[in-house]
Amino acid sequence: MSWLTLPVDLLSKYLGLFTDVWLTLVFGFLIVPAVFGVPFGIHKYYIKILLSIFEWTTLQMELKAKEKNNQLYKHYTSGIIVKVPDSTLKQEIQDLRCSAGCLSLDPRLELADVFVFCRKALENIIDDDVTKRFSAQKLENWNLLTRSNHNFRYINLKLLALWILGVLIRYGVLLPFRVTVAVTGIFLFVVLSTVVGLIPCTKTYLSDKVHLMGYRLCVRSLTGIITYHNRENKPKNDGICVANHTTPIDGIVLANDHCYSLVGQLHGGLLGLIQRAMVKSSPHMWFERAEVKDRRLVAKRLRDHVADENKHPVLIFPEGTCVNNTSVMMFRKGSFEIGCTVYPAAIKYDPRFGDAFWNSSKFGLVGYLLRMMSSWAIVCSVWYLPPMNRKEGEDAMQFANRVKAAIAAQGGLVDLIWDAGLKRTKVKDTFKEEQQQLYSKILLGDHEYQNHPES
Amino acid sequence: MGSSRSSLRGVPDGQQLLQETGFSAALLLRLHQRFQFLDKDSRGHLRSEDLEAELSENPIGDRIVGAFFQPGQETVDFPSFVRVLAHFRPTEKNWTRDGVQPEPANSRNRKLKFAFQLYDQDRDGKISRTELLQVLREMLGLQVTEEQLQSIAERAIQEADLDRDDAICFDEFRKSLEKVDIDHKMSVRFLE
Repeated sequence: MSWLTLPVDLLSKYLGLFTDVWLTLVFGFLIVPAVFGVPFGIHKYYIKILLSIFEWTTLQMELKAKEKNNQLYKHYTSGIIVKVPDSTLKQEIQDLRCSAGCLSLDPRLELADVFVFCRKALENIIDDDVTKRFSAQKLENWNLLTRSNHNFRYINLKLLALWILGVLIRYGVLLPFRVTVAVTGIFLFVVLSTVVGLIPCTKTYLSDKVHLMGYRLCVRSLTGIITYHNRENKPKNDGICVANHTTPIDGIVLANDHCYSLVGQLHGGLLGLIQRAMVKSSPHMWFERAEVKDRRLVAKRLRDHVADENKHPVLIFPEGTCVNNTSVMMFRKGSFEIGCTVYPAAIKYDPRFGDAFWNSSKFGLVGYLLRMMSSWAIVCSVWYLPPMNRKEGEDAMQFANRVKAAIAAQGGLVDLIWDAGLKRTKVKDTFKEEQQQLYSKILLGDHEYQNHPES
Repeated sequence: MGSSRSSLRGVPDGQQLLQETGFSAALLLRLHQRFQFLDKDSRGHLRSEDLEAELSENPIGDRIVGAFFQPGQETVDFPSFVRVLAHFRPTEKNWTRDGVQPEPANSRNRKLKFAFQLYDQDRDGKISRTELLQVLREMLGLQVTEEQLQSIAERAIQEADLDRDDAICFDEFRKSLEKVDIDHKMSVRFLE
């Protein structure tokens, strides 16, 4: 039976060789440089190549579509309808009545008034500002990921071959690499962080290094290509850093460049293990689930932390939940009530290489990470904005809105007043009441309505 | 644009809807996308909760959602959805009633009928005083007293009710809105 063992021998020899080569590559090119902070170097070319491939694929699909005399289904990122900008209820009703020949806004009902409410309602049904922020952004060009393609019938053989090649590369080469790096990174980080925590002196210096290394490895494991702008505005130890929230990776993206103290809920399992290891070498603030609800306790801990100038700036995401990176939603005012300097940062992801948005209603964390690791890359830009302080006579909410506007302007995002909690709950009745109030003023006039004699 | 048959493959009753509603194929596709987005559990039809979620700030939101559903039905499929939306296309100026083609959904008459049915919930062809009071209460909420509400309703009925039967029928409704630019106010400008 020696002819059976021969292929098995060969197989195991090649497998061993393969593993050796692979491990060398991974360690040599990814892990060791990440540990020491040496840049890898080929990212620019990688991106250029990918971009030209994506343009070519979209061209192919357009050509094929033309053959069939059809239009390629392009996602209009601006919407389905033309929205009249900011016309108030009063204006609309006035227009309506003027067209019917009424001279002034008489305090009376016109049967046509219902049209105005009706049209607004239809516009909201067809296309609204809020809910489309909670699903992934649509792309103009196809990036060879099934998840962002809506023109399946226009794929010809060339494209299909390219797509299969893409799948093989992403799942066969990139994903295993990334998973290895991630696992090694987490392992190293947990061990080193615990070790550093045991050393009494030079704790801050070493722990900073260990943390930065950990984050670098995580970023490499996702092929994160991050460009930092305005580094002179980097947060200092006396304040908090706030940023818009798109994904759990936001923290890693920011912490890759500077050391922060994180705030959050203490989890169980692997995440909890990592959290506990982190705390050993650097003062992060993890709260038990019950404590999270106690706002005063949280605020006090934050205040104490910020007052200590040896501790790193606190990293906070005031939106409270993940939004799809086309807009910035309402900031919770809690972090702005502390009274310290706020260092805003804007994070903008480039969706062409991989959609970073975590749609928590669609995928769990593990599913999300797998999707991240099988995308082409996570490309993003981080802008550090100049520090802001609360002005005289400004309350926390106004301050929060000012910071939010600055972040939105820098990142090229839409500044919305809506609460990101709308992802899970409905709009409160206050908005409906506002509309009713406005309309009642029109019907009754701004003065008290007197019963006038019947005509 | 050539054959649009294949591009509407995923859209139920696509071809027929093209004819009926006058929407372009591209727009129909986008509306289908929107429908699928609103249909969060991918059932293929919408329930009132799915639509109400978009209209929470509108005082007559529930009423408008009701307009999508046939009496007794609890779900609305895509063709019905689009047929309602078709009422809100801007009116074509050159359509004339020649008795051969069916009246398009976005004619002035059909728009008026849609609005009339918002008032006339029991579909008896008349807007009774009670129905008018109901709409007013919805649009004004708790901002006005009962007396004020009654006065406003009274005046509105007096002005529109020509045959003195204490209700507003469709013709009276139409007459009172003769001069209103309905096309502008009851149309949504679609990006074609």
